[in-house]
Amino acid sequence: MSEARRDSVGPEPRRRHSAWRRLRRNGLALLGLAVLVVIVLAALLAPLLPLAEPDVTDLADRLAPPLSPGHPLGTDQLGRDILSRLVWGSQVSLAVGVFATLVATVLGTLIGIVAAYYGRLVDTVLMRGIDVLMAFPYLLLALAIVAALGPGLGNAMIAISIVNIPFFARAVRGATLSLKEQDFIAAARLSGYGSGRVLALEILPNVLPAIVIMMSTTIGWMILETAGLSFLGLGAQPPRADLGSMLGEGRQVLTTAPHVAVVPGLVIFLVVVAINLLGDGLRDVLDPRLSASGDEGTLSEQQVRELAPERAAAPDMARDGALLHVADLSTYFFVGRRVHRAVDGVSFTLDRGEALGIVGESGSGKTVTALSVMGLVPRPPGRVVGGNVVFQGEDLVAAPESRLRELRGDRIVYIPQDPMTALNPVLSVGEQIAEAVRAHRGGSWGQARRRAVEFMDRARLPQAERHLGSYPHELSGGMRQRVMIAMALANGPDLIIADEPTTALDVTIQAGIIELLATLRAEQGAALLFITHDLGIVSELCDRVLVMYAGMVVESAPIDDILRDPRHPYTRRLLASVPVLGQPDRSMRPIPGLPPAADQLPPGCRFAPRCELALDRCRVPPIELERIAPNRRARCIRVHEDVARGPVL
Amino acid sequence: MHRYVVRRLLAIVPVLFGISVLVFLMMALLPGDPAQAILGPYATPENVATLREELGLDSPAPVRFVTWLGNVVEGDFGRSYSLDRPVIDEVLERLGPTLLLAGSALVLSVLLGLVIGAVTAVKQHQWQDKLLTLLVLVGISTPAFWLGLLFIVVFAVWLGWFPVSGMYDVYGGGGLADMLHHLVLPAGALAAVATAVIARLTRTNMLEVLRQDYMRTARAKGLKPRRVILRHAFRNALVSVVPIIGLQAGFVLGGAVYIETVFEWPGLGRMLVNAIGTRDILLVQGGVLVVATAYVFINLITDLIQYALDPRIKVQ
Repeated sequence: MSEARRDSVGPEPRRRHSAWRRLRRNGLALLGLAVLVVIVLAALLAPLLPLAEPDVTDLADRLAPPLSPGHPLGTDQLGRDILSRLVWGSQVSLAVGVFATLVATVLGTLIGIVAAYYGRLVDTVLMRGIDVLMAFPYLLLALAIVAALGPGLGNAMIAISIVNIPFFARAVRGATLSLKEQDFIAAARLSGYGSGRVLALEILPNVLPAIVIMMSTTIGWMILETAGLSFLGLGAQPPRADLGSMLGEGRQVLTTAPHVAVVPGLVIFLVVVAINLLGDGLRDVLDPRLSASGDEGTLSEQQVRELAPERAAAPDMARDGALLHVADLSTYFFVGRRVHRAVDGVSFTLDRGEALGIVGESGSGKTVTALSVMGLVPRPPGRVVGGNVVFQGEDLVAAPESRLRELRGDRIVYIPQDPMTALNPVLSVGEQIAEAVRAHRGGSWGQARRRAVEFMDRARLPQAERHLGSYPHELSGGMRQRVMIAMALANGPDLIIADEPTTALDVTIQAGIIELLATLRAEQGAALLFITHDLGIVSELCDRVLVMYAGMVVESAPIDDILRDPRHPYTRRLLASVPVLGQPDRSMRPIPGLPPAADQLPPGCRFAPRCELALDRCRVPPIELERIAPNRRARCIRVHEDVARGPVL
Repeated sequence: MHRYVVRRLLAIVPVLFGISVLVFLMMALLPGDPAQAILGPYATPENVATLREELGLDSPAPVRFVTWLGNVVEGDFGRSYSLDRPVIDEVLERLGPTLLLAGSALVLSVLLGLVIGAVTAVKQHQWQDKLLTLLVLVGISTPAFWLGLLFIVVFAVWLGWFPVSGMYDVYGGGGLADMLHHLVLPAGALAAVATAVIARLTRTNMLEVLRQDYMRTARAKGLKPRRVILRHAFRNALVSVVPIIGLQAGFVLGGAVYIETVFEWPGLGRMLVNAIGTRDILLVQGGVLVVATAYVFINLITDLIQYALDPRIKVQ
């Protein structure tokens, strides 16, 4: 037995249960199911229903309108009862559609699995054949097949099956190829199983879910196309009728009695809509990642406001000369009924030209703090629910988007973590820098490009002129980050927010980028908010440092003080867990446990569950950020005790 | 830089070859005597014998294929027995109307589909998104032939805004305005399903693009929303939508068969349906071969457009 299958034995029943619940919540899918059940039941029970004979003609009673006595949906041009013909016709259409789907599925799956499993020549021959089939417009190939075999319902079904084989073959081949690389298949082969056995017992069960999803999305299409061939007179031949041929016959009396053609078409439409609604619902259930809508329901505006902390009035503009003053900033994410408190009451001040580091583990709220300052928190689900961001005397939380847009990229710039994904792949880097210049300085593209070259030069991008027309994928990671830096500095900002700008880069070029950032910043006199998890880099770049944990500031101090004498237990563990430049002999110790989830924060000190110094008092809120020295603060009630000093045990 | 274009051009040669093999095989699938099938049920035995000779039916299939392919390349598709004229003449005469109908439907569906898809993505979860998403689902499930009939009943019979069928007025003497008047309903009906599919894919791709890091970069630069959406998001979504447009061209060409039948539009689709009905196999062969070839070139064009849109293709 394979790993994958053994793993799936346990949780299976529970998953089904919740899958059914999710499907039940999808109203449209349920509606589709209901409509489909009614039509299928009617078609299956046709012989038992009290219906008129479908093929008995009555020329005296021809073209009766709907709601006529004895004929709820009227009669056609031969006086046959439309309702009865619809029910019997649905039976034919559904049966043919289902059968065509099964044939296409079986043959397509066979071709796909065999091509992928045997590879090489087998694969080439089979897939080139499939390519040729797909080179024809879909319906045209079906017509050609019917032309060769002759009109008739059976031949129409064969034609529709054949033209659908390529879709199944390609999808199954793709799924099989990725499976083939996995260990449990290799294990099965090594243990001496024959190819047929591996295919049937190991591969087929694992590609089955993908096949089922494909069937559910194509069956409606196949019913529709078979009906189409019948409509053209190439499928069902009189006296046998399916929905398509009824529609085709009704066309002759379209102007005098439209219902004869319109009603069968409506049934085809209903069947296909129902199947597609149900198929979409099933796909969402089987593969929730593709789901279009979050189905958990969201909180109302009222509930959001109740959850938000009290918002203080804009404070008096803090100290003189402060460039940025963040006070009690809280940014929450509202996902379904859960509230993630990503940033929870963060305050700090940044002077003109000063460099402040924000340090913390992943998920501690560093990036969200930076995005909140810029007004770039994705909303929904995120929302700045409290506090102020005062930039040069102006509260940005209250500012309109248009004002933020003026500041962004001009006064406040952002250098992201990963230059691989932060540049638009289909625009030249020249355009991406120049558009930032033009957005704030106006002028022509030519002028903007000249400025772009100038700053690419200053960011020490070699052959800046030549790289103006380069696309991001043509540049290395380090070069891309230089592009990002050129873009950020081209408008002479007052505040640079750099969010782990070297984390994604090769170690050998990190130092160069840091040095560049430091030099250019000094030249322009810009303040720097530097986000990182690396205290070593902070010590090179920054004057002060803010340590964040679980959305809160736990310690703030000049960088030298932090390195020499960390006071908060978390800071101390953080220092003990990372190597520091110039101290190669330190032993590293990871912090035990994990940070709390942002929607399940412990009361009191959020580090208490991982802290070896924690007391019962630590779990009782509030734990305030306390001033412990003229320019130091820490959020720990034991900060003055002796245990809070000295080396980590 | 032009290596991609050359390679892509060369790649259509085997595809065209494969298509011709398949179309040739149609004949081999015919039950009974192909000569009899080609000449129709009322042919004299002498004529059948002559044609058997001409086709070289006694020589092996590969030899026959080479002869046939040679003729096809020279534009000789044989003679249609039901119309009593060369297949190539009939096919070329009907190619124009089909390309006009399918082309205008495709242009319409691309324009509408891209706009609807982009709007629904930007307004995700708002009422515009929900309404349009539902409409798209309805559109995808609508049989084109039924929609055509509904259009005729509503817009031609009840409202009388447009003619019921045909390409020109019998008495009006034709003209561009007359033709466009006749084109509106069939092109609209044909475009509906393709619009829905393109809208759905555009929405999916836009949502994917809007989540990307570079969208945050674009906003962090202080760009206007219009430029963020159009130049950054839409431009990227377009890269993945364009190949789908090529695929949709195939569905539109197929759907044209229904629509031409419903509206009695004098195109290849209607010719094919009639030819299948009269078992005029050479006419079917000619029609299928020409439409399939046109489709190959449409796909070539969409590939080249994608090549122009996506700089990343150039390095491969």
